[in-house]
Amino acid sequence: MDYLNALALITNYILLPGLTYGSQLALGALGVTLIYAVLRFSNFAHGEIMSFGTMVCILFTWLGQSYGINFGFLPTALLFLPIAILFSVIYCILLEKTVFSYYRTKKSDPIVFLIASIGVMFFTAGLIRFIIGPSDQSFNDGVRFLFTVRDFKNFTGLNEGFGLKTTQAISVITTMALCFLLFWFLNKTRTGKSMRAFSDNEDLALLSGIDPNKVVLLTWVIAGGLATFAGVLYGLDKVYKPFIFLQMLLPIFSAAIVGGVGNPLGAFVGGYIIALSELFVTFAYKKVLGYILPEGLGPDSMMQFLSTDYKFAVSFIILVIVLILRPTGIFSGKTL
Amino acid sequence: MSFIQRRIVVFSTFFFAIVLIGLLQSWNVALGIFNLCLISATMALGVNIQLGYAGIFNAGVMGFAALGGLAAVLISYPPVPETISLGGAGILLSAIIIAITTLASIFVSRSYLSKLYKRITIFAFILISLFLINIYGSPAVEKIESFEPAASGFLGGFGLPIIFSWVVGGVFAGLVAFVIGKITLGLRSDYLAIATLGIAEVIIYILKNEDWLTRGVKNVNGLPRPVPYEIRLQESTWFIDFCERYNFPVVESSSILVKLCYCSLFLAVVTILFIMSEIALKSPWGRMMRAIRDNEISARAMGKNVKARHLEIFILGSAIIGLAGAMLTTLEGQFTPTTYQPLRFTFTVWVMVIIGGTGNNYGSIIGGFIVWLLWVEAEPIGLYLVELITSPLNETNPFRIQLLTNAAHMRYIMMGILLLLVLRFSPKGIFPEGK
Repeated sequence: MDYLNALALITNYILLPGLTYGSQLALGALGVTLIYAVLRFSNFAHGEIMSFGTMVCILFTWLGQSYGINFGFLPTALLFLPIAILFSVIYCILLEKTVFSYYRTKKSDPIVFLIASIGVMFFTAGLIRFIIGPSDQSFNDGVRFLFTVRDFKNFTGLNEGFGLKTTQAISVITTMALCFLLFWFLNKTRTGKSMRAFSDNEDLALLSGIDPNKVVLLTWVIAGGLATFAGVLYGLDKVYKPFIFLQMLLPIFSAAIVGGVGNPLGAFVGGYIIALSELFVTFAYKKVLGYILPEGLGPDSMMQFLSTDYKFAVSFIILVIVLILRPTGIFSGKTL
Repeated sequence: MSFIQRRIVVFSTFFFAIVLIGLLQSWNVALGIFNLCLISATMALGVNIQLGYAGIFNAGVMGFAALGGLAAVLISYPPVPETISLGGAGILLSAIIIAITTLASIFVSRSYLSKLYKRITIFAFILISLFLINIYGSPAVEKIESFEPAASGFLGGFGLPIIFSWVVGGVFAGLVAFVIGKITLGLRSDYLAIATLGIAEVIIYILKNEDWLTRGVKNVNGLPRPVPYEIRLQESTWFIDFCERYNFPVVESSSILVKLCYCSLFLAVVTILFIMSEIALKSPWGRMMRAIRDNEISARAMGKNVKARHLEIFILGSAIIGLAGAMLTTLEGQFTPTTYQPLRFTFTVWVMVIIGGTGNNYGSIIGGFIVWLLWVEAEPIGLYLVELITSPLNETNPFRIQLLTNAAHMRYIMMGILLLLVLRFSPKGIFPEGK
C-alpha cells in the first residue's frame, strides 16, 4: 500500500493535464457564455475565432523567430500574444459590425443569429485553411518542462512522480489571473456592472442610459481576447490543428451549459468539470490500484471505464446528464 | 413573374449548367456531380422537414448520414463466418444485456418509485451492464479484431442486396433521433443544436473506433452494387454491339451507363420523397406543424401535443437523412468514417436548405443541387481567382505558392459568404415558403 506513489501518478496523468485542459476550456466557455449573456445566442463560430487568434499568433511567432527574437525559457508565442489578441478583437468587431449588428437592430430570433454564426464559422474556417493550410503546426519553442518526472523521483525518492510542463503552469496561472480580472471587472467597475445590467434586463438597462452598442462591442472585445488566449494556450500545450476547433465546440458548450449558460462563474467551473471528468473516466487505473490495494490484490485488467478514443464523448454524456437532471446548470444560469 | 415561371427558370438554369459541364468537361463528370446533387437534395429534404416545417435545428446531420452508411455496410457486406464463430456469441450476449438494461430502465422510470430511487436503480443497472459487457463483450471484440486485421477483422454484414440498407439506414437514424429527441426537444432550440452536434461526433467516434463493427479507420471497401459493374458491361456482347451501332466509346459509355442507373434509382427516391413531403406539407398535419412553428403557445392552447409532434418530425427528418447517407455509401461503394466532417455534411446541408428557401420542398431540391454544384466547382473557381489576384507576383513567390495550394479551401469561404448574403438580403431563399 503506497498512497504517495498513487497520488503522484494521478497528479501526473489526471490532475495536471486536467487542470491545464480545464483552464483552456474555461477560457473558451467564458467567451461563449458572455456572448450568450449579452447577445443571447449560441455562438457556433467561437471555436473558429479561437483558431483565428492562434493562427495570427503563429504567423507573428514565425516572423519574430526569423528575426531571432525569443522569450527566454518561455515560448516566443507569448510575446506576440497581444498582437494576436488585437487582431482577433478587430476581427470580432468587424463581424459584429458587418454581420451581427443588423440582426440585433432587427431584433431577430436567436435562431437567425445562430445561423449567421454558422456562416461566420464557414468563412473563418475557410480563411484559416486558406492562409495557414490544413496541416498541424507546432510552435512551442520554450523549455518543455519546469521539472521532469525524473527530477521529481530523484528529489523525493518515490517510484512514481509527476513532471510540470511549462505550458501547464502558464495555462493555469494565466487563466486564474484572467478570471480574477474578469470577475473584478464585471463586479466592481461601472462598465462591468452596466454589462451585467444589460444582460439581466435589456429594456431596464436602456432606460438607465446604458449604451447598448458600447456593451455589445465590449462583449466582443472580451470574448475575442479570451478566445485567443484559449486557442494559443491549447496550441502551445498540444499542437495547433485547424480541424480540432470545431470538435472543441462540444466540450466548450458542455462546459458553459454544465455551469449554467450566461453565468461566467459557471463557465469557469464547468471547464474544469468537463476536463477532469474526461481524464478521470478515460484513465487506466491499473497501476494506481496496484499501489493502493494490498499486495496481490492488484487488478489484471487495465481498469479503464472508457477507452481514450472516447474522450470527446464524455463531455457529451455529461451534457446529456445535465440536460436531464438540471437544465439550468449547476449555478442556475438562464435556460437556453 | 409567377412562382411557376420562377421555378421553371431556376431549374432550367441549373440543368443548363449541368449540360454545360457535360459538353465542356465530360458527361461522366456531369453525371457524377448530378448523382451527388440528388443525394444532397435528399438530405436537404430531410433537414427541410425539420427546419422548415417545424423550426427544429438539427446539427447532427453528419451522424445520421453516417448511420445510414453503417446500415449499408451491415446489410450488404457478406458475413465473415470465422469472426462470427470466434466472437459472435459474445457480441450477441452483450447486445442482449444492453437490451435488457434498456427495457429494465424504461420499466423503472415508468414505475411509481420516487425520483431519487429511480435514478439510483437506473444508474446501478447501467453499472452492472457495463461490468457484464466488459466480461463477455471485450474478449469477443478482441478475438474478432485480431482475426486477419489487414483484410477482415470485423463481423461483416448480412450479405443482402444493398438497396435494403436504404430503409434500414432510415430506421437506424430514426431510432437514434428518438432517443436524442426525447431528451432535448422539450428545451429551447439551441440545446437541440448542441446536443445533436454532440451525438453526431459521438456516432462518428464509435464508427471510427469499434473495429469489430465497421473496421474503423481501416474502412470497408468493395460493397456490392445495386447496378452492373463497368467491367462486366465492357465484356458483355450486347453492350459492345450497342456501342458499335451508335459509335460510342465502350469504356466511357459503360461508366456513363452505370452512373445513369444510379441516377435513375436516386431520382426515383427523390421523386417519391418529394411527393410525400408535398402531400404532408399541404395536409392538415403539415398545417398543424406550421401552426406549432409559428406560435407554439397558441397551438398548445388549441390542444396540440407540441412535444410529441416535434419528436415525430425530428424522427422523420433524421430518417430521411439516414436514407440519404445509405444512398451515399451505396454510390461510393465504400464506407470511410474519417470523411464525415461537420462542415462538409451538417452545415453544408443547412446552407442548402436556407439558400433554397426553408419550408419549401422545391427550394430544398434546388438548394441541394446548386450548393453541391458550387461545392464541387469551388476548387477550379478558387484556383482561377487566386491566380488572378496573385498574377502580379513572381511564379516562385512562396506566398503565392502557399495560396495556390490552399485554393481548394475557398469553398468554405464561398459557403460562408453565400450563407451570410442570403440570410441578410434574401432570408426567404430562392423559393420562399408557400411559393
